[in-house]
Amino acid sequence: MATLNTSHAPASPEGTRSASSGGRSARMKLVLVGNGMAGMRTLEELLKAAPDLYDITVFGDEPYPNYNRIMLSPVLTGEQRVEQIILNSWDWYAANGITLHTGRKIVKIDRKNRCVEADDGSRAEYDRLLLATGSRPFILPVPGHDLPGVVGFRDIADVDAMIAAAGRYRNAVVVGGGLLGLEAANGLKARGMDVTVVHLGDWLLERQLDEPAARLLQQSLEAKGLRFLLRKQTSELLRGASGRVSTVRFKDGEEIPADLVVMAVGIRPNTQLAESAGLHCERGLVVNDTMQTYDPRIYAVGECVSHRGIAYGLVAPLFEQGKVCANHLAQHGVARYQGSMTSTKLKVTGIDLFSAGDFMGGKGTEALVFSDAAAGTYKKLVIKDNKLVGACIYGDTIDGTWYFDLLREGTDISQIRKTMLFGQQHLGDSGHGPAERVAALPDTAEICGCNGVCKGTIVAAIRDLKLFTLDEVKAHTKASASCGSCTGLVEAVLAHTVGGNYSAAPSKKPLCKCTEHSHDEVIAAIRNQELKSMEAVFQALEWSTPDGCATCRPAVNYYLLARWPAEYKDDAQSRFINERAHGNIQKDGSFSVVPRMWGGLTNPHELRTIADVAEKYKVPEVKVTGGQRIDLFGVKKEDLPAMWKDLSDAGFVSGHAYGKALRTVKTCVGSQWCRFGTQDSTGLGVKLEQLTWGSWMPHKFKLAVSGCPRNCAEATIKDFGVVCVDSGYELHVGGNGGIKVRVTDLLCRVETEEQVMEYCGAFTQLYREEAHYLERTAPWVERVGLNHIKEKIVDDAEGRAALYERFKFGQQFAQIDPWKERAEGAAAHEFQPIRVVA
Amino acid sequence: MKDWIAIASLEDIPRQGSRVVELDHDDRVNRIAVFRTVTDDIFAVRDKCPHRGGPLSEGIVHGGLVTCPLHSWKIDLATGEAVLPDKGCTRTYATKVEGGRVFLKLA
Repeated sequence: MATLNTSHAPASPEGTRSASSGGRSARMKLVLVGNGMAGMRTLEELLKAAPDLYDITVFGDEPYPNYNRIMLSPVLTGEQRVEQIILNSWDWYAANGITLHTGRKIVKIDRKNRCVEADDGSRAEYDRLLLATGSRPFILPVPGHDLPGVVGFRDIADVDAMIAAAGRYRNAVVVGGGLLGLEAANGLKARGMDVTVVHLGDWLLERQLDEPAARLLQQSLEAKGLRFLLRKQTSELLRGASGRVSTVRFKDGEEIPADLVVMAVGIRPNTQLAESAGLHCERGLVVNDTMQTYDPRIYAVGECVSHRGIAYGLVAPLFEQGKVCANHLAQHGVARYQGSMTSTKLKVTGIDLFSAGDFMGGKGTEALVFSDAAAGTYKKLVIKDNKLVGACIYGDTIDGTWYFDLLREGTDISQIRKTMLFGQQHLGDSGHGPAERVAALPDTAEICGCNGVCKGTIVAAIRDLKLFTLDEVKAHTKASASCGSCTGLVEAVLAHTVGGNYSAAPSKKPLCKCTEHSHDEVIAAIRNQELKSMEAVFQALEWSTPDGCATCRPAVNYYLLARWPAEYKDDAQSRFINERAHGNIQKDGSFSVVPRMWGGLTNPHELRTIADVAEKYKVPEVKVTGGQRIDLFGVKKEDLPAMWKDLSDAGFVSGHAYGKALRTVKTCVGSQWCRFGTQDSTGLGVKLEQLTWGSWMPHKFKLAVSGCPRNCAEATIKDFGVVCVDSGYELHVGGNGGIKVRVTDLLCRVETEEQVMEYCGAFTQLYREEAHYLERTAPWVERVGLNHIKEKIVDDAEGRAALYERFKFGQQFAQIDPWKERAEGAAAHEFQPIRVVA
Repeated sequence: MKDWIAIASLEDIPRQGSRVVELDHDDRVNRIAVFRTVTDDIFAVRDKCPHRGGPLSEGIVHGGLVTCPLHSWKIDLATGEAVLPDKGCTRTYATKVEGGRVFLKLA
């Protein structure tokens, strides 16, 4: 050992020999106090990030391994058993080398000597300490609050006490009409007790619902047999002959019988231990954005924490905190927790409610309200400065997640305010049928049409695999992992299954798992810091992976290309295969080839060439595409360059049918032949295609020109559509005929073809500069708002001209036919396998 | 078949990319994807994703992983195993680089 020591300090006695010199292990010691969901999630994240950094010891005061506290409600109702809600089994701790002490409460932190002490006198030393002590139910300090039969609703012991009482007694009183109180009441009712909910406020769930919504809720809970006493203040709990609680007395003198009293008036962060150790607390243990307390060796996560003045009680924010904390414990030091926006759902079978943000409204806000008491539906949306700031829904909550997204993204809703109350109309366009209440859907209902995933499969995965987030559900079930159109439904199933404590997402969305930065931040950094290579971006923005992943590399490659067209050299290895091989990969690994036909026009010579090529390379299938082009299917990769040469010799260029790029300009015949045509739509289509072909885009981009308002070219479901009218041209933007059908918005009317070209180029460039990678124009227009686009394109003539110039500048570098280059030998390695005879 | 087979020079395989080796062996053509990572490590796996048989050689290479172009499964190049929660494994082959030449071993 001494030979390894490079310092010349005097050798210490234990330095000479150490079979096990106690605590001289190379690993640091991490102690976790609190064996609950937040703390354990942090450990799981830590083990993923740095499996060998620490020797880990966990103390929990309950006699169980980590379990899913959210699922206590179903355990109470009898829908689930305790074993089913265990998240980390005893074996899990052992397999990960974690020392677990259950049933031991830590009573002292000795910060000077860096050790903790349990109530049985045992001690553990730490290099890092993680406090996740959670919260405890607030028990009203009324006389009799400590009688037998008075419980909170927090842990398995409480649930056991409630179930035992339900078997022997009749009358239950739940004090508190919040989420927890209602779930407790529902469970006790299901166990056969007569349940009265006592609530001090004017209506139930006043932190989640406004009065009209709460009235509807109360009605349906009354229909289930629950009784409610509102505006009632509990003054005393009286002892019965058996020594157990027997009666609840109110301030107004009224009394009701009670064999069981559940206190559900709120929770308090459990900060006793932290306070006794002198750690700074203010209604929660205060942490910074790295989840560190005022003692740099001590971190804290979960319900015991106060972050920027907020103590979170919902699971998603706590997991976010855990992830950040693990990042710092693993000594990566890049993550920050910046707070979460939360939304709520109630987990009572058959009842759907959703609320988020400032749903009460107030000064400077307006409210949109839809109410149908007979159908049990109520919706209120609170709007401020053209943005949604709050939502409160009872009954049909299928659009809850959509509203939550609008709220979180700060979307300009001025264009949709007339219809938004009726929900996201296109949710469910692709085979989902009308939006139904998720709760009412049978297990066999198909949620994800792409991957054939039913509701029952998703629910089972969430329960059995203990999933909490949309990403986890996606990874395990593949639901919503393909086209994404069912994301809203999957989120609704998730929310409904994990219920009461479900809450969405951090306040900003990172581009991918390699970074904390959002798309907008990456785009801004590339522009403002003049980052001109992938390495520069990864370095400046502190990417956590050496060379990114399959999500961020194509995005960053595009952003660099769009920003620095003259300087940045495209990185083929960061391109999806279609764009690297300039053809569409098919499921058998062959490729399809679509030559460009300007404006959909062709001639005998071109058709003859295509026919010859199809025969020469034995193309198994030839098809006319939806965009008025001809597609040759089943081409072997090795044949591509030779085939392109033949096509190129005949004057064809790549049709870019494979790329996040300008695809096609679809046209109708127009005034040249059509008796209704008002302008030369084909001719204009050809010009537009010659202007825009070859440009790379955030996503695919389609144009169309129709010669009259009959709109045979379907211009109003294109990214940029032109509808010719007698007096000129209508310009339409942001349409989509795919996953979610969206009709374009009218941008403006112009008079000349030259104006059409300029507006088209400017709009395209604005989209190229501002949209997120893989965001079609339709969601982009909805996100930034049509007004923003009108301001930039219609109102600002100078800005429009500058955008058009930038577009044309970039096109010099983009309009080089990739097929011709490869036919002449570029990137030959891409197409040639290495043949070896063994 | 225990010998090392010379297949290419290191430069023939693009960094963060791959080449397909078509191996004529016992009257069968064996398609093996040979990858070169950003750190110039070389890995070889059967060019077939354990999910639906997608050509792994066409995927984006990041770190020691490749993402399949068909349905975005991630495959660990060193072990051939799919990254959890996906489950599956594709065959791997031993490789070595000597004097700038890349060698492959079939068994």
